[in-house]
Amino acid sequence: MEQELGKNAVWANYQKDIADDHYYYCRSCIRQAFLPGSERMFLHIVGNVLGKDIYDDPKHTTCTGIAYHSDLVPQETTATVIARHFALMTEAGYENMAISCITSFGLYTEILETWKEHPEEEEKVRDYLWKATRREFKIPKNIAHTSDIIFHFRHQIAEKATRRLVDVNGNPLKVVDHIGCHYAKLFPSKGVGGAEFPYVLAGMVDAWGGQQVDYPERRHCCGFGFRNYLVMANRGYSVANSHKKLESMKPYQPDLIVANCPGCAMFLDRWQYTIEQMEGKTYGANGQGIPVLTYEEMAGLVLGYNPWDLGMQLHQIDVEPLLLKMGIDYNPAGKHELGARQLTIPTLK
Amino acid sequence: MGKLYDQLAEDVRLEEGLNACMNCGMCTAICPAAEFYEYDPRRIADMVQKKDDAIIEDLLKSETIWYCGQCMSCKTRCPRGNAPGFIIQALRKLSIKMGYFTCSEKGRQQFALKRTIGENILKHGYCVSPKLVTPWMHPEQGPMWEWYYSNVEGVMARLGGNYQQDGAGTMRKIRQEDLDELKSIFDTTGGTEMYEAIERFSEQKAKEMGVDFENGDYFNLVYHTNSQNED
Repeated sequence: MEQELGKNAVWANYQKDIADDHYYYCRSCIRQAFLPGSERMFLHIVGNVLGKDIYDDPKHTTCTGIAYHSDLVPQETTATVIARHFALMTEAGYENMAISCITSFGLYTEILETWKEHPEEEEKVRDYLWKATRREFKIPKNIAHTSDIIFHFRHQIAEKATRRLVDVNGNPLKVVDHIGCHYAKLFPSKGVGGAEFPYVLAGMVDAWGGQQVDYPERRHCCGFGFRNYLVMANRGYSVANSHKKLESMKPYQPDLIVANCPGCAMFLDRWQYTIEQMEGKTYGANGQGIPVLTYEEMAGLVLGYNPWDLGMQLHQIDVEPLLLKMGIDYNPAGKHELGARQLTIPTLK
Repeated sequence: MGKLYDQLAEDVRLEEGLNACMNCGMCTAICPAAEFYEYDPRRIADMVQKKDDAIIEDLLKSETIWYCGQCMSCKTRCPRGNAPGFIIQALRKLSIKMGYFTCSEKGRQQFALKRTIGENILKHGYCVSPKLVTPWMHPEQGPMWEWYYSNVEGVMARLGGNYQQDGAGTMRKIRQEDLDELKSIFDTTGGTEMYEAIERFSEQKAKEMGVDFENGDYFNLVYHTNSQNED
């Protein structure tokens, strides 16, 4: 009993405060471009399924994060663009930020931590922002990545869910996770579980009936590496790092990979296709790839949404074997449907 | 203390990233770039903390400072809380300011990054948007992406997006007044100056190499060339 209390006390140090309601939404460039279904589903789950207040501001722009980590813009430029987002949040009457990009989340955190250590940098940025835009800002009370928020409400989602992360026979799906590097490697106290004991995604897997599976290279980078992917000449770096992770997880025969970084989810999907093209090697069952899901896609499936409403047709690795394994009744012909269509709202518990 | 080091020391990231490195090598052990390149962040930290301008100038002109992928795994593991990734950011910024980035094949790639990601920010308000990821520049995106790329409007509409339209929503059109604010921030904070330095030094380098700058030859050269593949 005493030992258990001790463990709980230690684990408490690996938690973070996540606001319960009233979020200012900061969109991700990569997620909007590659995973538009997850952008919509996050807002839908938080706003409609959970009944929370979240504001999607048309004035919000890129944070410049990919350019910053490609060394195209100075830190002052990125910090001032982020300060503008703080100003937009302040003007809209919000205090809590929900950030859907891991690069952005890392950067918002880095800028705030820099200002704590160097208050003169904050003053400089306030001055830049005023000169450039005539805007002023308050520091957010709470900053959460969107995966933090889904984690925060994972049990409420489980209560409403009509499916679980199980196969047709009721056996738990084996799920490996991948946490984006900038979620907690920069500032471990800002992530659930820190950098060493990632629980933000595994917590969802536990709550929704799956089996979280550890693997040796769980903490290794997906290989984006900014300039190492964005310039064609460097992409060997990127695929080599994904290859290392995929080789490491293969022996555990995962049914799916879940990632909380939009870029990582995309790369782990696309590099499986590339490796298959280059070497004829696949990592999933029956010569197929391992589907790579976002946490909204995983949440959407357990809540009973149509996979094509979730945007799962935009995966290069086919998700249909996973849908069949879960016994999900879906329409294969709807996969390539184009044009506006009302979101089909399933009956929730 | 040399002049180049003084300039590096003005970057707050150097102060945050380098404090009495003891050369334990934990950063190199965990570094994804060190695994696939001839790259050693431990050595970078040690070279910079010598504060020797000749060594720093060599670094600023080298290939090695461009290998880091800025995953920042080094920051998590350093027993002293240092971050060679931050040191790299400070070195790259100074390399661009001095024009030394064009001395290396990897450094010259800054031009391709500026012309793609960099320009997309000020034109559209996004670092990345679907039409920037052309299938011919990104064959690794596969056949699904080719389908998506050819049907962006229809796919975005299917998934509730607001592609290039006014108002809120996924991949909406960023309003001109918001783009103007971004440009004003770039002008005020040194972002525009950095873009201009990349253009100016790249044009000089293209001339020096006898490669046409205007017709896309220089872009294609820096975007595609990896002489390590030719070894």
